[in-house]
Amino acid sequence: MTANELIRSSAAEMAAKLAAGEITSVELVQAHLDRIAAVDHGERGVNAFLYVNTEEALAVAADVDARRAAGEELHELAGVPIAIKDLIVTKGQPTTAGSKILEGWMSPYDATVIKKIRAARMPMLGKTNLDEFAMGSSTEHSAYGPTRNPWDLDRIPGGSGGGSAAAVAAFEAPLALGTDTGGSIRQPGAVTGTVGVKPTYGAVSRYGAIAMASSLDQIGPVSRTVLDSALLQEVIGGHDPQDSTSLTDASTGLAAAARLGNVKGMKIGIIKELHGEGYQTGVENRFNESLELLRGAGAEIVEVSCPNFGYALGAYYLIMPSEASSNLAKFDGVRFGARTLPTEGPLTIERVMGATRAAGFGDEVKRRIILGTYALSAGYYDAYYGSAQKVRTLIQRDFAAAFEQVDVLISPTSPVTAFKLGEKLDDPLAMYLNDVATIPANMAGVPGLTLPGGLADEDGLPVGIQLLAPAREDARLYRVGAVLESLLEAQWGGPILDQAPALASTAAEEAN
Amino acid sequence: MHVDTILSFDEAMEKYDPVLGFEVHVELNTKTKMFSSAPNAFGDAPNTNVNEVCLGLPGVLPVVNKKAVESSILIGLALNCKIAPHSTFARKQYFYPDTPKNFQTSQYDDPICYDGWIDIELEDGTVFHVEIERAHMEEDAGKLTHMGGSTGRIQGADFSLVDYNRSGVPLVEIVTKTIEGAGSRAPELAKAYVAAIREIVKNLGVSEAKMEHGNVRCDANVSLRPHGREKFGTRTETKNVNSLRAVENAVKFEIQRHAAVLDSGVAITQETRHWHEDTKSTTSGRPKSDADDYRYFPEPDLVPIVTTPEWVEELRSRLPEPPAERRKRLQADWGYTDLEFRDVVNAGLMDEIEETVAAGASAAAARKWWMGEIARRAKLADVDPAALGVSPAVVVEIEKLIASGAINDKLARKVLDGVLEGEGTPAEVVAKRGLAVVSDDGALQTAIDEALAAQPDVAEKIRGGKVQAVGAIVGGVMKVTRGQADAGRVRELILKTLGVEG
Repeated sequence: MTANELIRSSAAEMAAKLAAGEITSVELVQAHLDRIAAVDHGERGVNAFLYVNTEEALAVAADVDARRAAGEELHELAGVPIAIKDLIVTKGQPTTAGSKILEGWMSPYDATVIKKIRAARMPMLGKTNLDEFAMGSSTEHSAYGPTRNPWDLDRIPGGSGGGSAAAVAAFEAPLALGTDTGGSIRQPGAVTGTVGVKPTYGAVSRYGAIAMASSLDQIGPVSRTVLDSALLQEVIGGHDPQDSTSLTDASTGLAAAARLGNVKGMKIGIIKELHGEGYQTGVENRFNESLELLRGAGAEIVEVSCPNFGYALGAYYLIMPSEASSNLAKFDGVRFGARTLPTEGPLTIERVMGATRAAGFGDEVKRRIILGTYALSAGYYDAYYGSAQKVRTLIQRDFAAAFEQVDVLISPTSPVTAFKLGEKLDDPLAMYLNDVATIPANMAGVPGLTLPGGLADEDGLPVGIQLLAPAREDARLYRVGAVLESLLEAQWGGPILDQAPALASTAAEEAN
Repeated sequence: MHVDTILSFDEAMEKYDPVLGFEVHVELNTKTKMFSSAPNAFGDAPNTNVNEVCLGLPGVLPVVNKKAVESSILIGLALNCKIAPHSTFARKQYFYPDTPKNFQTSQYDDPICYDGWIDIELEDGTVFHVEIERAHMEEDAGKLTHMGGSTGRIQGADFSLVDYNRSGVPLVEIVTKTIEGAGSRAPELAKAYVAAIREIVKNLGVSEAKMEHGNVRCDANVSLRPHGREKFGTRTETKNVNSLRAVENAVKFEIQRHAAVLDSGVAITQETRHWHEDTKSTTSGRPKSDADDYRYFPEPDLVPIVTTPEWVEELRSRLPEPPAERRKRLQADWGYTDLEFRDVVNAGLMDEIEETVAAGASAAAARKWWMGEIARRAKLADVDPAALGVSPAVVVEIEKLIASGAINDKLARKVLDGVLEGEGTPAEVVAKRGLAVVSDDGALQTAIDEALAAQPDVAEKIRGGKVQAVGAIVGGVMKVTRGQADAGRVRELILKTLGVEG
């Protein structure tokens, strides 16, 4: 098997080959490092990685190989490499959150998910690009330049987790961690033809994920197959005493659900409000095809209404910035990160904090801090934050009512395919609309999965299909997702990424 | 520096009626902090009792300290509060480097304890019923030290040092409802109220309760209104008044200052005030309006605190003897008169006397020392007697030295001086200073013979039966021995020398 074939395998296949002794983890990690070196850098590079963790990844791989050779019992994914969204803190690698304000900052502690990745002995390839503090739907708001979509380098890879999705789509990593506050795992998955899951709120510890909106944020897996996401969620999930909002449920049974292979008799609900008007024709077509396939596999497809979903985006853009304005207050240059002194006038603490935040934060971050500060101000709180919380309750009720009728819900993940870099940068509202179908899950804390549904007729770009399940029923997503994936792949004759254009090496370009 | 004109207290009271309110912050003595596993310890090297959570580093999350919740409920129960079955935390947001997250995690509209009361007894036995609005949980801020300025305040400082050891220490803030009707007793009530809170939290064992360490800190709100008017005047809030005497003095000063300002026809500025122990006065802090916008919102990283009736009742069963009942018991045990006991309570020396008695002293001796020599020295040093540095063990040891005849009362006072000057234990002071009573009869006899020879007429009177004249000879002997003789023994020897029956 060539290195090129190797990196196109799924994580489960890589794990099997490692277990069988057909490959070593060092070979596997080196193949990915070579791929990163070939396609990630330079003017036309994917730019999925902000930091490549070469030495440590190879050292962990060598350690796994030695342990395996010694007959030690290892975790199923031991030796399989992974990329980490740069919103998650890591010892030994910088964590920037995609912001200038954290440039060069080294965390003195590991996020809980990182401790679990280390415990499973998965080599970390590096940290992936994102919209600054995970605020955006295109990765264009990164202070370190946008990530490019491997399907078309002039298009966005989605956001905020464009780096993780693009890394997986470009075979720079088989697995990645993302974070999803309003769709930051699922929307990039949709536009890059990859799989991503936002687990139930509390299913995965948030400790060490730099907070944007605490009540909405969730860490989750990014991969090329449904089974791979299930395997990764089993690694990172479970109770964490350091996260008061973490659930006590064990993170088990997800891969088994993905391997079940049938949906016969399951009731699947189309959300009336999350398709049709505002959704690209090619997206609608692929969505309808998926429904037909599921129906053909014995699932019952019904339509349900979630009348309050229409208010979700508006409520989200009050709750999220409110929490973000508070969570980002700590970035003031006093204790860590970049400090910028005012160029004139006295050096008071307020002025240093002000200058640091003015220079360190990008426009989208400032926009949300200002919005949130306003929404929480005395006299406005009830009208904005208070009302938004009421909408949130209504959305939760809509989900509860829908899940009384069906086992899972289904919708397109994103109303549109990947748009051109720069196209929506000056139109925040158009940008925000990308998350219209993903936001309700965050507002209610329910899990959501995206998987590739094919390519849109009009532009040949990937379309995402979203599945939603009741809280703590993440397994249902994996069960239905894996079945739909296999039906679609049978139709395509292989994974959707086989249809993606080959990426030219940018290594030479960089060397110049 | 601007010096406020003040009215005499009596004049202020003639014209105005004071309204009070107190916010007392109690630092809990839990092993770890409110929301992190970092140690909760006082006095260590700066920034050593910290971890990523109480430093507010990116990505961290808080976890509530269960022990701190229990301590808070205990305080609430001791203050006759209701305990909320469901209460939440909120973020109080402001940019200042003593709070590493630039918000303080506190409780806002649903405190864990609410609607309580406490009866406060003043020195003359008058009882004031003080209503408690709430007692809520929050985290302490770090400690800032502003360097280079003349005032110690941030304005004018060259730079500031930050110590986050205190950042995240669990606090319970006890807030009274407005207290009306205290009249001229307002300063006394202020002192007695804070003393009562200190006593309760110490008795509960939930706080070290040392005001000098900032374990108990009082913000005192004062406003005045002309007699007969119902509407409250504008209030000021004097911050962090850190001793019982200071609480009394600060309230008194603010009443006098408000009265002078109002008399001159000027409105009181709603603001915080800083208490200065050296000048016994307050100075202006920052303006404080009811519309201060802290952008409170529910803390999304914490789940609500749910208290079950079983849990609350289990905690109630742990409540120790209430201080008022304890006082009744101790007075009976010690056999003090009402007046004696009230003096002890008002001096804040009940614990010290209890410990001294427990260590082996008689109740009378413990009172004699604490209320006498120790209190007198404390007053001279302008500190609370308990803070002077005399331990119960010292009192017991001095008493034993007296009982054994090694020293007399006069020498004992010198021993106390030596202990306070750091010369060691009482026995060590006796040895170092050579304070032992002269008990060598030979040496005493020589002194007596000399004294008798010097005053032959007195000697003659004694021989003639005027035994009371012996005092003059005793005095002479004590003078020669510089007080280090046992006066009783000297008297005995004089009478023996002169062949007279005592």
